[in-house]
Order: sequence, then structure tokens, then C-alpha cells
Amino acid sequence: MGMKISLMCSKQIFLAVILIATLANAASAAEESKIDTGDTAWVLISTALVMLMIPAVGLFYGGMVRKKNALSTIMFSFAILALISVQWILFGYSLAFGHDVGGVIGSLDWIGLNGVGNAPNPDYAATIPSMAFMMFQAMFAVITVVLITGAFVERIKFSAFLVFSFLWATLVYDPIAHWVWGAGGWLRNMGALDFAGGLVVHVSAGVSAVAIALVIGARKGFGKHVMEPHSIPLTILGAILLWFGWFGFNAGSAVTSGALASSAFAVTNTGGASAALTWMILSWYHKKPSVLGTATGGVVGLAAVTPASGFVTPLAAIAIGSIAAVISYYAMLFRMKRNIDESLDVWACHGIGGAWGAIATGIFATTLVNPAGANGLLYGNSALLNIQIMAVAVTWGYSFVVTFILAKVIDATIGLRVGEEEEAVGLDVSQHAEKAYS
Amino acid sequence: MSLNMQKKLMLEVNKMKKIEAVIRPENLESVRVSLEKKGIVSMTVLEVQGRGRQKGVCLQWRAGEYCVEFLPKLRIDMVVPDDKLETAIEAITAVAKTGKNGDGKIFVYPVEEVVRVSTGERGKEAI
Repeated sequence: MGMKISLMCSKQIFLAVILIATLANAASAAEESKIDTGDTAWVLISTALVMLMIPAVGLFYGGMVRKKNALSTIMFSFAILALISVQWILFGYSLAFGHDVGGVIGSLDWIGLNGVGNAPNPDYAATIPSMAFMMFQAMFAVITVVLITGAFVERIKFSAFLVFSFLWATLVYDPIAHWVWGAGGWLRNMGALDFAGGLVVHVSAGVSAVAIALVIGARKGFGKHVMEPHSIPLTILGAILLWFGWFGFNAGSAVTSGALASSAFAVTNTGGASAALTWMILSWYHKKPSVLGTATGGVVGLAAVTPASGFVTPLAAIAIGSIAAVISYYAMLFRMKRNIDESLDVWACHGIGGAWGAIATGIFATTLVNPAGANGLLYGNSALLNIQIMAVAVTWGYSFVVTFILAKVIDATIGLRVGEEEEAVGLDVSQHAEKAYS
Repeated sequence: MSLNMQKKLMLEVNKMKKIEAVIRPENLESVRVSLEKKGIVSMTVLEVQGRGRQKGVCLQWRAGEYCVEFLPKLRIDMVVPDDKLETAIEAITAVAKTGKNGDGKIFVYPVEEVVRVSTGERGKEAI
């Protein structure tokens, strides 16, 4: 009898243990099933691809300036990579993606990445750790600030450049990223579509470039003597690395590794190729098939197709890329005619390319490509086009006004420009005490 | 003999000319070979920019064009004894001439003295 009781007891204990173990297993299985290793791997690789685009912009721009400013121009990209990476961890990510405050900005809840752990955040990416999403977005914040540097090459004071970059990321990038991408952001709530940053990255950087170029003024001798690009091969190398990294930029923005990423990958390449081809033909029509022009066309097409990349078909990408090249080409001629020294045409390439891409999303988007997106004008929905145009106008206006004021304030306090002699010697020697080529 | 007279005599003995020949860069090798055939081997080559009647060339930016007012040229500097001057000029023009604008120019100047650094030789011996 005593034996029997103890046997029954042990049987119950055994069952209880199995039950507890099973429950625990089920719980951890549920936890694990949220994170998809394929998705996570793709987003991490994409993050590294976007990181490569940052010094690529430096090389792309560096080749187009004069020899005496080559290092300074490349340094902009490196310095911002260091500076904004830290800003992002400290509070940038929280401002952009933190808990919504009135639709306009993220709260400071996630300051220092407080609470940003390994659990996925379904608001942004349901199958990868929040940490991976945060890091992917960090590279976007960095590269957007780097894009602007083409506006003020060969004449900005390095200290002023650092202050401008830090404040611009905080006052312009973080809010716009929140409006468009943050959970609760007012443009996102309104239904504005921006797959990988046509508004957040390209329009904001391109328009801000004009604003700061107007404040800092033209380079000494601009319009009077020729300022030749000192190394077009360096620029081509930059363009190639940009194209390569752009697969991470756009296809990575699917934040999954399946059909949507594959579609965005194909759309991205097609957009860049179509614009490169169109630019080559345009330059040929005017003079000769230009190498620098073809590379520029590629970058313009990639920028234009960015906001649309997860919503349109590869055939639509041909239209988006080709039209982008034509608009951007003539925008560049217009800028030169107006004698504005927005030195490396960030506005014509990214401002115009990005704006066209965002508007084109309202024309070519289809839920056949992305059920989470929307239909555009060609698929019977004119509402999206209106929203896209409004979003472009808002991003355009906010970027211009805030950047203009910011640049004015910096100019009035610490001064934006180097002295005349420092400019004549070149920023490599005057700002860094180094020479690119000895 | 006064110092002045001594100097004059030296000049009589060491009559030499400096030639500065501006040529098209692509003609350097044929000019060198042509000069070498006439026994002229010493020269200094400089990369220079210049313009003449042909003026500059128009290139293109990403969109639109710009004009560079100076073209890349090479300048050959050399010193020859007077009796080899015409030979040298003929050797250069024979191969550097295309008959079009931009073939370059040859300038000739008198030379006072030449010193070979390794041996200390002077005058024609040092060329």
C-alpha cells in the first residue's frame, strides 16, 4: 500500500514535470518563432551594404572636387559616419522611431537604446530583433547627412561642418523620419508611401543642400574660372559602390528576405540602369557619351526609384529611372544657369530625383507587388498621388526652412566659411594639415 | 688679359645654344629617336600647359560643357653646340610636324656656361 502511494505520487510528480517542461518549451518556441533568421541575416547584411555607401559618397564627391580638397571631401563622409552613429544610439533613434508624441516626433523613452532589445517590434519589423532594425536605420541617418556635403565642398570650416551635421540630423532628419516611418507619424498615418527613403533621405538632403549652399555662398572664382573634377575614376568607383550598396538600401527596406526584397532588388537595378542609359544618350545628344554623366545617371535613377522600390514593378522602374534622368539633367543645367554654387548638384540629383520618385510612387504603385502598400493612379486610385505630392511639398518646405535658419545661425555664431587664404590653399592643408597627393 | 676679355674669349670658344621645344605629348618618343640619330642624347622633358592659335578645348561636366583654355604639352629643354643647332631643329621638326595648329614652337637662346656636376667639366665638353 505504502509502495503504491509513493508510486502514484512519483507518477504525478513526473507528469507535472513533463507538463511544466512542455509549457516552458512552448513559450520559448513562441518567442523564437517571432525572429526569422533568414530575415535577420538579410537585414544585417543590408546594414553593412548601406554602410559601404557612406564612404562611397565620399569617393563619388571626392573625385569631382579639385585636388586640393580631395581629402576634405572624403573626410566629410567618415566624420559623419562616426558622429551620427553615436548621435543615433544616444537619442536619434528614439526621436525618429520612439513612442509617438503628437505625430511629429518620437519620445525620448529609448534614449541610449533603453528598452531597444532583441525582441522584434511589430510596428517596424515583426521578424527581426529591434537591435537589427535600429542599426539598419542608423546607416540611413548617416548617409542622408553625408549626401548634403556635396553642397558646401571646398569652402566650409570643419568645425562648422560638424556642428551643422549634428544639428541637422537632430532637427531635420529625425523629425522627418518620424513623420514618414515612425509608428504614429502623421505622414505615415495619412498613407504616404516611402519604401526606402525618397522623402526621408533624398528629398530632405537634396533640398537642404540648396538651403545651405545659398547661405554659405559660392566658392571663390565660381563662374569665373573652370573647376575641373580632379579624378573621374574616383567618382566612378564611388558610383559603383553606391549601386552595390543600394541593394541593401532598397531590398533591405523590405526588412524580410522573401518575395518583397527580391522584387525591390530587381526594381532597384532596373531604375539605376534605365537612368544611366538615358543620361548617356542625353550627353551624347548634346556632345559625347559622358562617363561622369552615365555614372551620375545611375545614381539619380537609384535615388528616384528608392521610394517606389517596394511598391512598383520592374517595368515601372524603367519609366521612373528614365524620366528621372531627363528631369535631373535639365535641373542641373537650370542650377548652373542660375549661377548657384550648389557645388555637386545634390539638389538636382537627390532633391529632384527623390521628389519625382515619391510622386511616381503615387502613379505606379500596385498592391500586386506589395499588398501592404496601395494602388497608384495607373491602378485606379488618384488619392495616393495627392498624398504623395503633399508629402513631397511638406518635406521640401520643412527641410528648406529649418536648414536655412540653422545655417544662418551657425554662420552668425561660429562662421560657416574658411578664410579666403585657407580656401585658396585648399581645405586639405588648411583644415587637416594633410595632402591627398604628394 | 682683363677678366672681361677672358670672359669674352670663353664665350667665343664655348658657343652654345639652349633649345626649348614645345611639342605634342604624343610626339615625344619620335622626337627623342630622331635627335638620338643625330647624336643628341641629353635633354630634360617638362609637362607643361599652353595655348597658341588653336586655343583650348571644350569638355563636358555631368550636364553642360566647360572649356579648358590650356592644352597639355611637353617641353624639351636641351643645350647644343652652335654647329649642331640646325641639325637639332631639323630633327625635331621632321617628326613633330603634322601641319596643323598645335604642333608647338621652338625657342633658341644663347648659353653662357654649362657645368657637368659629376666631373666639373665646363663648356661644350659638359653638354
